[in-house]
Amino acid sequence: MDMAELQDKVCGILADNLSVPEDKVKPDSRFQEDLDADSLDLVEAVLALEEEFGVTIPEEEMEGVKTVGQAIQLVATKLGVAA
Amino acid sequence: MSETTVALVTGASRGIGQAASLALARAGLPVAIGYRSDREGAEVAAAKARAEGVQALAVLLDVKEEASINEAFTRIEGELGSVQVLVNNAGFTKDGLAVKYPTETWDSTIDTNLKGAFLCTRRALPRMMRARWGRIVNVASVAALRGNAGQAAYAASKAGLVGMTRALAREVGGRGITVNAVCPGFVDTRMTEATRQELRARYIELTPAGRFGTPEEVAAVIAFLAGPETSYVNGAVIAVDGGLSA
Repeated sequence: MDMAELQDKVCGILADNLSVPEDKVKPDSRFQEDLDADSLDLVEAVLALEEEFGVTIPEEEMEGVKTVGQAIQLVATKLGVAA
Repeated sequence: MSETTVALVTGASRGIGQAASLALARAGLPVAIGYRSDREGAEVAAAKARAEGVQALAVLLDVKEEASINEAFTRIEGELGSVQVLVNNAGFTKDGLAVKYPTETWDSTIDTNLKGAFLCTRRALPRMMRARWGRIVNVASVAALRGNAGQAAYAASKAGLVGMTRALAREVGGRGITVNAVCPGFVDTRMTEATRQELRARYIELTPAGRFGTPEEVAAVIAFLAGPETSYVNGAVIAVDGGLSA
């Protein structure tokens, strides 16, 4: 999987989980301000990402994640996908 | 509610847990009967549940062990379906005056009654959140509401369970999940069997109902809180104690 593919997949999962249209979910979208996601929404989205990609994202790594791009980067690092 | 909604009751081989499993089975839910040591009792409970016309499974589940919880949930998910109703009932008590109370007994009381309930809840929540539906019923105790001498550990664990119930109700209440607690008073189970006769008489005197309760009387409230109609009851702490705490 390359970065573009990963980005599409992550955005799709996030859109699905946060119940927002897919075209609203872009790397620079901020979870709280742009996507109206609270902390529990974010946990749910992370659970879905963990399941889809077979990775584990501990709470302390989630803390700094404010944008969709950061979430994509987090998953990319876990999977060893280069930018 | 999805078709595969399954109920899990921990500590369900006997007493309130078994009665709750049967009440849920009667309501049409497939049930997983969690047990730690009494496999035979759990199998009997499962057979009784099947007689109500639902699928039932006795499953080894030691709430003190995270690995055991995980294994049990995975097995239930594989054989019955998604745990969308969780009854945290497994409990431990050993009375003793504080000055002589062993640290290990304090730890196992808290580990079973409080931490065990948290660990099971944490394992169950993701699927409930995804389904936007779930029912968690924590079996606390009247000891959480009024102190009993010799029960510092038990009372602390059960009061902790009440606090956890309220916090979780706020945390997941927006997801169609309710978290409630029942506080049984003196109920005839293995746990109260050892109660000395004179103490028993005193408890009965303190209880307006004038008798011990039955596991079925507690199970009825658990099943009520686990049902689809009780969607607007969340974070409630309901005494089922014959009026003891009134």
